[in-house]
Amino acid sequence: MSFINPVKRGYLALEGWLNFSFGSSWNPLYNLGTLTFFFFWVVFISGLYLFVFFDTSLSGAYSSVEYITHEQWYVAGIMRSLHRYASDAAVITILLHMFREFALDRYRGFRWFSWFTGVPTLWFVITLGITGYWLVWDELALYVAILSSQLMDGLPMLPGSMARNFLEGQINDRFFTLMGFLHLLGQPVILVFAIWIHVKRLSSVEIIAPRGLAIGAFMALLVLSLLAPAVSHEAADLSKTPSTLNLDWFYLNIYPLLDSWTAGQVWILALGVTGFLMLMPWLPPKKVGMAAEVHLDECNGCEQCAMDCPFDAISVQKRTDGARWENEVVVHPYLCAACGICAGSCHSSNPFRHSKKELVTGIDMPQYPVNEIRDQIDKGLAELKGETKLVVFGCENAMDVSKLRASNITSVNYFCIGMIPPTMIEYALKHGADGVFITGCRTGDCYYRHGNRWFDQRLEGKRQPILRQRAERSRIKIFRAAETEGKQLRAEIAKFQNTIAQLEKVDHE
Amino acid sequence: MNKLIYRIPLQIFNYAVFMALVWYLSIKPPYHQLDEDQAMITFTLGHVGKHVDECIKVSQEELLKLPPNMRKPMSCSRERSPITMEMRLDDHVLYSKVVQPHGLYKDQGIDVYESIKVPAGKHILNVWINDDVNVDGPMYKHTQPIELKPEQHMIIQFISDSSSFKIK
Repeated sequence: MSFINPVKRGYLALEGWLNFSFGSSWNPLYNLGTLTFFFFWVVFISGLYLFVFFDTSLSGAYSSVEYITHEQWYVAGIMRSLHRYASDAAVITILLHMFREFALDRYRGFRWFSWFTGVPTLWFVITLGITGYWLVWDELALYVAILSSQLMDGLPMLPGSMARNFLEGQINDRFFTLMGFLHLLGQPVILVFAIWIHVKRLSSVEIIAPRGLAIGAFMALLVLSLLAPAVSHEAADLSKTPSTLNLDWFYLNIYPLLDSWTAGQVWILALGVTGFLMLMPWLPPKKVGMAAEVHLDECNGCEQCAMDCPFDAISVQKRTDGARWENEVVVHPYLCAACGICAGSCHSSNPFRHSKKELVTGIDMPQYPVNEIRDQIDKGLAELKGETKLVVFGCENAMDVSKLRASNITSVNYFCIGMIPPTMIEYALKHGADGVFITGCRTGDCYYRHGNRWFDQRLEGKRQPILRQRAERSRIKIFRAAETEGKQLRAEIAKFQNTIAQLEKVDHE
Repeated sequence: MNKLIYRIPLQIFNYAVFMALVWYLSIKPPYHQLDEDQAMITFTLGHVGKHVDECIKVSQEELLKLPPNMRKPMSCSRERSPITMEMRLDDHVLYSKVVQPHGLYKDQGIDVYESIKVPAGKHILNVWINDDVNVDGPMYKHTQPIELKPEQHMIIQFISDSSSFKIK
């Protein structure tokens, strides 16, 4: 068995457990982005309701929050708790999202942009939470306000002292108007913009969590809000320093460092960690294969590859070669992940074409063209002996299927399952294979985002190019498995071989 | 249907674990800012030090040579003095610092906001500052017996206008 680093192994174990508990379509780890969006929606809607009752004045802020919490506990109080707990839950899903991308090595190479822009986005979320705590104007708010100001005072380029604003008589209602503006409008707008940048290089971005997962998460938040409602500390008092504070460690974890460190040291740590995280995609960099190539002679500009590309690396433009088609596609190499999904989506990747000469497709991967794959299948099938001859298609980001080769099994390691044109399955069955077994990344966890999904849709006839009806479905099996699930994969292959053997028996009879 | 039978309890369990984590870290572990018998003293000032070089009186003749908007009776160098400050509690030095003026030409004031944890109880507070590099030792000083309650936040503020200390 090949070496799998312990971080990845640990992550895959957790993912396996959640697949068992939720199924792949509701697995929270496959929906961390949409789940975070869902929590933001809860924060947004509950925040709007809270704003109706919130008094943006020095004397009224705390009492209005007390009213929200205690007098109108049955709606506003629950809304406050939902607001807080959904904000906290969002931090967990964001951190899990980062951990997942790290554990699965999905932060380097062509993914650098999403990672690089995602790190500061987390800071925008954190600062949004911090200003939220200021608004309550309780002892915790005062602590956060003074220490935040001391942090700002630690920046060399800012003259004057922000902390001195918190001396008696210095704070006024305008302070709360400013904080209200920041928390309710300024920071959320910046955050939305940052998220837009973060997903800029992705196509078909999903922002809506699966309904079942959203309902479950909301019910869990609601139960927590009822069991442990969010409450304030005592009202802010400039003449008092409370000995104990119940910090929200998701947002306020940096402040206790100021007990023993100077503001400058805390900034160095925060900026150092941020800088390191942002530079991680190049420590070391990851090599990306050669970008896809368009062969205009074989391209009719159907745009399917542009629709299927998970990274928006293909665009459509007016025909430049004078051919009778209206459009042609163009690959942008700096965006291309070299996943090969475009080759799988191209109608001209049909291996039945040009059987006697080189197969050239409309769009192809120069390092592993469809023609070479067809030759490999031909050669592999010719060498197979015994009964129940199988072709196994896998992807290079899951179990290495070359290890499964046997006297009656040949295999092809695609870059991604989405790279398989459905006609290739038909081709293998037509040219001597008794069955085609397809594995690859776990369902819902395609390394190249949409490869599994597009492939399934092609087989179900919901996406072009479809698997034709004449292909015998009983001789096609899909079983997806992570690298750690070699044993289960082998067992499934053995089971499939038995099924094929039964089919053969029936056919003979 | 079969899967739902085991998945629903497992999902409830997973949500419970997740929400327990959310709840716990949203308020716990409690952060102890002060020990129970401690109070906080904050020393703060916003002040501009004296000019480092002595200002020179400009003669009437020289003044008349200048454009009207630049006719100032005293000519001073831009550089301001660093400010030395010290705060003692019962002869124990709580805070002692020399702060350089801001600005490329050191011609700005300084701002200090420094909080220090101290034991609650009765003490003698002694605080002084010096804002003139040409003068040795304390220029403005204040001594006062104080009684600090646990969790009390006492602010010692130097008021530039009156060159005095305000203790609250």
